[in-house]
Formats: sequence, structure tokens, C-alpha cells
Amino acid sequence: MFHLVVFRLGMFGFMTLFLTGLGLIVAGGLAALLLEQWPERAGTVAAILMVTGAAVAAVPALLVLPGLSAPVSCHWNWAFPGAGLDQPGLRLDPLSAIFLLPVLTLTGLGAVYGRTYWRPWHHRHEALGLAWLSYGLLGVAMALVATASHGVVFLVVWELMTLTSWFLVTFENEKPAVRSAGWLYLVASHIGNACLLALFCLLARNTGSWDFSAYPWLRTHTVPAAAFFLLALAGFGVKAGLAPLHVWLPEAHPAAPSHVSAVMSGAMIAMGIYGLLRILSFLDHPAPWWGWLMIGLGLGSALFGALLSLAQSDLKRLLAYSSVENMGLVATGIGFGLLGQATHQPALLFLGYAGALLHVLNHALFKGLLFFAAGAAVHAVGSRSLEAMGGLLRRMPETGALFILGAAAAAGLPPLNGFTSEFFLYLAGFRGLTTAQTGIQAPALIALAGLALTGVLAGAAMAKAAGVGFLGEPRSEAAANAHEPGLGLFLPMLVLALGCLAVPVLATFWPWLLAPATAEITGMPVDAFTDIINHLQPPLAGLTTAGVLLLLVAGWITLRMRYLLKPRPVRRAATWTCGYLQPTPRMQYTAGSFAQPMITLFRGLLRPRYQITRPAGLFPAPAAFACATPDVVREHYLRPLFHALRERLAVLRAFQEGHVQVYILYITLTLLILLLWKL
Amino acid sequence: MAGLALAPLLPGLINRVKALAAGRRGPPTTQLYRDLWKLLRKGVVYSATTTWVFRAGPRLGLAATLTALTLMPWGPLPALLTFPGDMVVLVYLLGLGRFFTVLAALDTGSSFEGMGASREACLAALAEVPLFLALAALARGADAMALSPIYAGLAHLPAGTTAGLFLAGAALLVVYLTENARIPIDDPNTHLELTMIHEVMILDHSGPELVLLEYGGALKLWLLGGLVAGLLPLPASAAWATALGFLAAQAAVALLAGLIESTLARIRLVRLPQLPLAAAAFALLAFVLFLT
Repeated sequence: MFHLVVFRLGMFGFMTLFLTGLGLIVAGGLAALLLEQWPERAGTVAAILMVTGAAVAAVPALLVLPGLSAPVSCHWNWAFPGAGLDQPGLRLDPLSAIFLLPVLTLTGLGAVYGRTYWRPWHHRHEALGLAWLSYGLLGVAMALVATASHGVVFLVVWELMTLTSWFLVTFENEKPAVRSAGWLYLVASHIGNACLLALFCLLARNTGSWDFSAYPWLRTHTVPAAAFFLLALAGFGVKAGLAPLHVWLPEAHPAAPSHVSAVMSGAMIAMGIYGLLRILSFLDHPAPWWGWLMIGLGLGSALFGALLSLAQSDLKRLLAYSSVENMGLVATGIGFGLLGQATHQPALLFLGYAGALLHVLNHALFKGLLFFAAGAAVHAVGSRSLEAMGGLLRRMPETGALFILGAAAAAGLPPLNGFTSEFFLYLAGFRGLTTAQTGIQAPALIALAGLALTGVLAGAAMAKAAGVGFLGEPRSEAAANAHEPGLGLFLPMLVLALGCLAVPVLATFWPWLLAPATAEITGMPVDAFTDIINHLQPPLAGLTTAGVLLLLVAGWITLRMRYLLKPRPVRRAATWTCGYLQPTPRMQYTAGSFAQPMITLFRGLLRPRYQITRPAGLFPAPAAFACATPDVVREHYLRPLFHALRERLAVLRAFQEGHVQVYILYITLTLLILLLWKL
Repeated sequence: MAGLALAPLLPGLINRVKALAAGRRGPPTTQLYRDLWKLLRKGVVYSATTTWVFRAGPRLGLAATLTALTLMPWGPLPALLTFPGDMVVLVYLLGLGRFFTVLAALDTGSSFEGMGASREACLAALAEVPLFLALAALARGADAMALSPIYAGLAHLPAGTTAGLFLAGAALLVVYLTENARIPIDDPNTHLELTMIHEVMILDHSGPELVLLEYGGALKLWLLGGLVAGLLPLPASAAWATALGFLAAQAAVALLAGLIESTLARIRLVRLPQLPLAAAAFALLAFVLFLT
């Protein structure tokens, strides 16, 4: 019966439905631009249109994802001049669908959040129309990236995604820090885009086509597959924020408005993962070293991201580094998948890819939630620094509780969603450990140790964010007067929090839901995974049982304690400070001191900087201590590299004339040379 | 289930050994039962700074340890709940308990408890790697992916791998001492807040709240002790014999911990990482031995 309904709907065209949804999102942006004079109304109209659009566009994605509907596609009856005869088109398959879910969810919820979040700008009479339009276009660009089936279309919407997100990152461009973050983002993205341009040109040259449907040809022919893989890794790695290509991410995320941070962190950087997987889906027979490279890069990013996240005292920057960590975990999963593919171990392959895909979804849920909640906290306190927060849970009980939930999910703790996908990765590691192939066992062991260390460090970073930011005494005047931000910010958080709880409930279903997408990546039939999925049921059911048991036991203890304490004297007193009676909030452990033992442990890698003015003499002058952990990759490797480049390239300054006429001459000359060369 | 009743004996045993080694009579072995009973009948004082998180810490901590206990096999006897990858769930459940205990400590706004929380998080980071490496080595040795089959499979290891078992056991023992905040990592009897790690984190918990924490601590001792004890050769003639053997092994591990505490001084805080690193090296060696 259900299939019949799906079929009927399919007749009307899922693609039309999808495009209608995207159209509504753009319409929301345009409406906000037109209604700019009435900012309150503009925000409401934009939010309504965008939520509706996202919901409409999500329908086909939800049906294609588990294979309820066949992949849908469309083509325009037109070809890009100079790009062969292939008609540009879109295709929505299970792999696209899994990435469309975070894109559409966060775009819709972010619009609701943005309506309230951007209110203070109304009072300052600043125009928001263009920002709303950029926001809508960013959502649509991401959805199109995930569905483009033509090289040129892909590159165009990829650039659109980069530019619209750049406009949003530089939203508060009156601040110098925001401008410099925007510049860094623009440069880093375009270095990545250059690799992608080369990649797609190479693909088109090898196959003679820009259309993705022609690319499975690559599977059966001898092609420089490793070159494709490496170019894709470099180009998409920048967007995904894999270390050492992550430098733009911890600058851009904090600079952007919070709902944009949520969209960028939860959905946009996942597009880098999508691109990589899409390219991998064209290639067969990966070499084992691809897998090792991915696992190495992934674990490196994960550890590095977790450590730097722990070292930050800027709440949004802490969350940004946590994104580096999570993308590292996703890359580790892809690495396991590639390894399984290379060594013909379908179980390892499935656990790796499915774990990576599920972690993308989970990351979108908890990181979206955390950025939303962090935005509310930053809004209330007026500073992003954890040292200015504290005690927010008492003043913002709902937001605080959801932040703690999100932090526990991001720390990968059971029974929340982060653990569900990490469990897949651990299973992949243990599977690799117990295979008969000795070449896999030892590295799988290192991977397991890396995953374990990442897990605890991420837990410490999240405990720091939640503990220093939301618990204890307020560390500033503003934090003491903080209050709940209202329903407009709370509802989007609540939806994501429910998602964090729902994913583990569905644990045993996820392999079935993710099998079509995994089949798409590997080119294997979906049926090939049936046995593996059946074997996965006991561990996942066990996971659910343990989770339920935990909640039951915790609930029982809570009830018992309430009953026990009812007749007892329950007093409230000041915190114990060794008998000292006037503790001040300044005596609390700070964000910096919480992280200190672990930062010291890894100081060889992180190179923290200390500025100490020691007290000296019998009547010492005021002493001071400051500690900062700047990004080691940026400070110690990229900055010198780019400085050296600038010195060498100074010769080219001569061409930088400053007259538009001269630049047009350059263009004409280049065209002329190319023409002559081809003739 | 017996673990639930017997776990508070372990700290008593350890303290007894320490007292005897120091030439004192020491508190009775059942002291913790008396303490728990006494605390259970008291009222509670909460810090005015705290929120529900402060109360969630002990509750979730105990619930997580209890749930983790259902995954712990009694040597070759299978656990209540067993499935591939259950060791990951066990370790992460302990992580959940730690996360909320740390949050509860930060909730008081005291610098002492902040310090304890920070050190506890750091120690956990150090202990996690040898723990996973040791479990991975055992999984490799027994060629299984769940705790119960792993511990059951260890009985049938080929000759010549005893050294591997020994090394893995040593690594797990270090984790046991670290996670339970015992000498040489942390001194549960220290009297100065500045030098404490675990104890300073729970300064503000009182009455039945403290019972949850102390009992949870005893259960954690039982849980990680069980992972070590399961490695010892246990009689396999009948289930009851194995169970009795396991209980004896648990007691033996506690005695060993007591001896270690009596003979070793506490390591300086800055040099702490060396011990878990050594444990990680042991576990790696064990893995290499099981590889062949």
C-alpha cells in the first residue's frame, strides 16, 4: 500500500517537489530582501518560507534514503558551451539523501533561530535583507551540491556555497577580527576550489564527459585513480576541515552569526565529506594505502581537534575545533571503509562507511544544538569567552540543560547519539583486529588507541565547555543578569535535542537505512550487505539494552533518593572552601586552569604560550599570568610558508598595475595566446 | 549480583593489608559498610551554588557503574549481558559517570573541586589508552569481540602466551589503580585538599549523596578488579567452583593493591603520565605476543 502511494507521488515527480522546496527557500530570502523596511515581518516571512521549503524538499530525500523510492534525476535541455554535449542535471540518490538531511534540517531550524537572533540588529536599523538572501542561497547551494550530477554544475554551486557562506561569515564586518577571519576563509576555500577544478577537468578529460552517470566507466579502466583520490582529498579536505587544512575553520565559525555557525559546522563542512565520497563512488579497487592515509589523517585531525578544543576559552572556537575532531572521526570511518574495500572485507567496509555517514548525521544534530545554545549564551553574556560566563544554568535553565545534553552527545557518551556512530567505528577497529590478515591488525590497534584517546579528550573539552560556561558562580556582571532568550531560540534547539535522543533509539535500524548509501559509494548491490547487517543486530540491540538499563537504573536511584531524603533535613549552605567564608566567583577554577594538566601533557605538540610576571621582592608589585594556545599549524607552518611565498612572488607585483584597462588587456592577451596555441 | 553486596569489602581489604603492613591493627574489613549505613541515615547539605547537575552526578555515576557491571564476566563465566563490542560500552559507561561527576564538581564553583575535576579528567585521558590497548590485546589473543567470549577464550590460549596474559594483566592493574585513585597515582587517605585528586572532587557531597559516590567507587573497584581477576587461572570443574575462584581472585587483586600501596610512595603529580605510558607499552607488548 505504502509503495503504491510512493509510486503515485513519484509520477508527479519527486524532483519537482525537491526543486519546489528549494525555490521556497530562495523565495524566503528574496522576500526578506523586499520587506527590508519591516525587519520583523521580513524575518517571519523568511523563516516560514524557509521551514516550509526545507520540509517539502526533505520529503523526496527521506523516501530515497532507505530505498523506498528509486533515485530521481532531471536534466535541462541545454548544454554548457564548451563543456561537451552533456546536459547539466541533478540526481538525488541515497548518498545525496543522507547529506540532504542535515542540510535541510539545519537550514530550516536555523531560519527560525535567525529570526529571533537577528532582532538586536533591527533596533540598530541595520539592513538584514542581503544576509537573509545569502542564508537562503547557502542552504539551496548546499542542497544542489549534494544533488549535482554534472561537473560544471557541481563547481558552480560549490562556488556559490563558498561565496554565500563568506558573506555570512563577514556579517559583522565592522569588526577587524571578523574581516581577517573572512579573508582567511576566502583564501583557504579557493585554494581548495583550485584542486577541485583540476580534479573535475581531469575526470572530464579521462572519460570525455562531465556527466557523473558516465563516471562508473572509471571503475573498469586503467586511470590515474590515486591522482583523483589525492586531488579530491586536498580539495574537499579543506572544506571538511581535516587537519592540517583546517586553519580557516576555527576563525570562520566563531565570526559568523550563531545559526550560520550551526549550518556551516553541521552541514557545510559535511559537504567536503560528501564530495570525497562521491568521487570515491566513481573509483573501484582502492589501494590499502588510501585507507591508511585516511585513517592517519582522520585520527590526526581528531586528536588535534580534540586537544585544541580543550585548550580554547572562546566557547564558539572550542566548538569549532570540536568540528575538526568530528570530521576527523568521519574520515577515520571512511578510512576503515576504504581499507575494507581494498582488502575485500565487506564487514569492515560496511562498518567504516556506515559509521562515517551516521556520524555526519549525529554531528549535525549535536553540533547544531551546541552552536544554537552557545549563541543564546553569547547573546545573554555579550562575550564569547568562557571566563565571562558561569552560572548560566541557573539563569537559563532550559538552554543550559540542552547545552549539557548536547555536550554529553558530543563527548560520545552513551546513551546519546554521538556514541552510536562511534560504536560503529570501534566495531570496525575490533573487526580489523580480529581478522586473519596481520597487515591490518597492528594498525587497527593504533586506530583503537587513537579513538580512545580522542574520546576522553573530547569528553574533557565538553565538560569544560559545559562546566565552566554554565555551572558554578557567574564570572561576570552580564552572566549574573543573563536570562532565557525566548521560544524563538529554544524551539530549534529542542528539535535537535530530540534528534540526539531519537538516533540511539533507532540503533538497530540504522544499518538498514544506511545500506543503500553505502552501496552507492562502493558500487556493490544492497543485498550484499544483508548478512553483515544481520550480524550487526546483536551489538546494536545490546547497545540499546544497555542504554535502556542505564536510564531505568538512574531513574530508580533518583526516585529512591527522593523518597529517602523526604523526611530528612536538607540544608543549603555555601560551598566548602576550607572554612573561608567569603568566596568570590573569581576564586573558581577557570577554563584555562581546567585544561592546564592536559595541555602541559601535550605541550610538545601544542606549544602553548605563557606570559608570566612573577611576584618579586618583599612587597611585590601585582603579578600576572596569561596563557594562550594558538593554532600550531597556522602559527608554525602555514604562516612562515605563506610569508616565504609572498617574498618570492613579490616580483609579480609589477603586473599589479591598478588600472582596469590594463587588466582587460591581460585577459585579452591571454585569450589571444590560447586561441593561437589551439590553432 | 553478589558483586553488589561484596564490593564494599574490597576497600576494607586493601586498608586492612595496609594497616597490617604498617604494623597497625587497622579498621575492620567491614568498615565501609558501617560508613555507608551511617551516612545513609543522615540529612544532606547542598551548596547554594549548585543546580540539578550536582545531584545528577552521583546518581548517573552509580547508574553507569551498575549498568557496566552487567557486562563484566566472572572470568570464564559469561556476563548477564554480552554482545560484540560490549567492552567499548563498558568503558564509555564509566566515561559517562566520570563526565557527570566532573560536572557536579564544577557545579559547586569551588576551586578545590575544579582542581580535582581537572586532574580526574587528565588521569582518565591517561588511563583510557592502556585500558583499550589491553582489551584489544586480549581480544586479539582470544580472537573474540565481546568480553565474555574473550575471558572464556583465554583459558584455551596456546602455550607460551602466558607472558602476554601477564603483561596485559599488568597494564590492567595500572588502569585499576589509576581509575580508582589509589597509590601510587592518588592517595585516598591524604589530608590536604591541594594534594588530592579524586577525594577533593567530592568534598561537597554529603549524607546519602556521598553514599552513592562511595558505593559507586567500591563497585568500580570491583568492576576493574574483575577485569584483572578474570585473567588469573580459575578452576573450571563446575560453575560454582569458578565463581568461588573468581571471588578469591578478586580478593587477591585487592590484597595485591594493598601491598602496592604499602610499599610504594605516591608519584609526583608532574611525573604521573609515565605510569600509564608504561602500562600502554605493556599492553602493546602483550598484543605483539598474541599476534604470532
